[in-house]
Amino acid sequence: MSASSQSQGPIVRWIDERLPVFSFMQHELHEYPTPKNLNYWWNFGSLAGIVLVIMIATGIFLAMNYTPHVDHAFNSVERIMRDVNYGWLIRYVHANGASMFFLVVYIHIFRGLYYGSYKPPRELLWWLGLVILLLMMATAFMGYVLPWGQMSFWGATVITNLFSAIPGVGEPIVTWLWGGFAVDNPTLQRFFSLHYLLPFVIVGVVVLHLVALHTAKSNNPLGIDPKSDKDTIPFHPYYTIKDMFGLGVFLIVFMAFVFYAPNFLGHPDNYIPAEPLVTPASIVPEWYLLPFYAILRAVPDKLGGVLLMFGAIFVLFALPWLDSSKVRSARFRPIYKQVFWIFLADCIVLGWAGAQKPEGAALLIGQLATAYYFFHLLILMPLLGRYEKTKPLPESISQPVLKS
Amino acid sequence: MMKSVAFALALLALPVVAASAADAPKPAKQDWSFSGPFGTYDRNALQRGFQIYKEVCSACHSLYQVYYRNLEALGYNEAEIKALAASVEVQDGPNDNGEMFMRPGRPYDRFKSPFANSQAARAANNGAMPVDLSVITKARAHGPDYVYALLTGYKAAPAGVTVLDGMNYNSAFGGQQIAMGAPLAEGAITFADGTKATVPQMAKDVTTFLTWAAEPEMEERKKLGFKVILFLLVMTGVLYAAKRKIWSQIH
Repeated sequence: MSASSQSQGPIVRWIDERLPVFSFMQHELHEYPTPKNLNYWWNFGSLAGIVLVIMIATGIFLAMNYTPHVDHAFNSVERIMRDVNYGWLIRYVHANGASMFFLVVYIHIFRGLYYGSYKPPRELLWWLGLVILLLMMATAFMGYVLPWGQMSFWGATVITNLFSAIPGVGEPIVTWLWGGFAVDNPTLQRFFSLHYLLPFVIVGVVVLHLVALHTAKSNNPLGIDPKSDKDTIPFHPYYTIKDMFGLGVFLIVFMAFVFYAPNFLGHPDNYIPAEPLVTPASIVPEWYLLPFYAILRAVPDKLGGVLLMFGAIFVLFALPWLDSSKVRSARFRPIYKQVFWIFLADCIVLGWAGAQKPEGAALLIGQLATAYYFFHLLILMPLLGRYEKTKPLPESISQPVLKS
Repeated sequence: MMKSVAFALALLALPVVAASAADAPKPAKQDWSFSGPFGTYDRNALQRGFQIYKEVCSACHSLYQVYYRNLEALGYNEAEIKALAASVEVQDGPNDNGEMFMRPGRPYDRFKSPFANSQAARAANNGAMPVDLSVITKARAHGPDYVYALLTGYKAAPAGVTVLDGMNYNSAFGGQQIAMGAPLAEGAITFADGTKATVPQMAKDVTTFLTWAAEPEMEERKKLGFKVILFLLVMTGVLYAAKRKIWSQIH
């Protein structure tokens, strides 16, 4: 079916006629027609994929040396740091890799928001991405519990207790999640099991995400569909080399953390072994969950806070319909282009508020930022879609300047 | 069920909990031999620090994650390490008769803990738990600076502050009242290298030792990191050139 397989040697052809791996790779990685105008913000998708592989690879080696038991978990992590060959390197790559994964994925998401990558025909692509984000959060949370430090234990206690807010069945659900009447050894063991399982579920959803991407094809900074062959270039070598260069820059940042500030993004309390009788001065999640933590605590009512926190992600599933503007890219949406940055700033403010003690001005700022988060998505986006006067779109990617 | 309810309330009670435990004030920044991307542990400070731990801290504080064999990194030779390990008695067993027995320590033993368990530790210390020091500099914000500030932070309580029974005033500690008495006293140690044992000097040396105990891999990490970053810079430069060349056909 493809010219390439005929140009290959007889062994490749023999395999390809029975299992078309070579023509598949030729088609999806080599020829895959990609808009020629993708900027560096488009690097973060493949970066996320690479970080996922790094996380799984380092995680497998950590699991070989880790003991999921309340009496041994902390010490087994210290043994990895001290006695396993390059154990410190593997663990620091894994721990900082989690932060890098979220950093990359958040940039990837905001790129999608700016250029309208969630709009038709990419709604399911967007949905699958959000499912990956939810799975990542669950995986990261459970991974943070495994070293069985103070933040592990108390973070697990606070987050699993969120489910007790469910009316009627909340308490039995929490007991069921714990496998007992408190966060204890059964909790740790199941978290370890699930922390090992979920990354492979993520891989599965990533595959679907890629199938959806290669079906709808990549969006681009202009947000218009390619009109002809002149608008696209083959993925390889153009975007493979561009992704490789981006990977190099990313690895410099990543490795700077790993080798020179390996604990900068972590909380010191997690180097204190878990102590169920001593509550830390403040219980905070890792930085990447702080915006959601701020939303959770913005409401004085527990059930309300939990609903709002989950709502903050689920509302994103509705974004393709909340944003009714026909124009994808913010480049041609003068007002959206500005409110996008306000929305980004709002999310950063939420992250800041999530790290503060929920009292006084910090609590109020967190509440206002929460209100704006939902105002932006639920009210501003539909209104802009209806009333914003968009700029004229270019005729094609090759001729970005509109002829007058 | 009550317990779960209590836990459930813990979330909403966070402000209360947070307000009750005061945060430690930000400690002053010190100049450490191990600071910066090329920092290394001062071997003399490490040996003096180990001596301080051995003669002072180890009376109450364990160093569970460190083994006698690890002392090689401080510059001790095999015979010295064997002698150091043999200076303590450790429990071993059971032997062929099913009995536990005591024997001199060996290099593969963990540092001997001063107390058999945390209950014994509390009982001997007025109910307060002397924390394990293995990763203390990683377990506190501004680790080494904090430990130094704490060790040098014992002062007379300011007027109007009532120090509780069995507590001591310490300006670096959260809440300013600490169960541990001032551990370092001028001249309490005689250093083999003739260094004068002032409190700041001892605080600095023992903090260097504890930082090593928490991050024994630090020197190797920074050395490898330098090579890795250098390699990545060159590789990324080459990739950028390749990208420019390939894309020149497009523009």
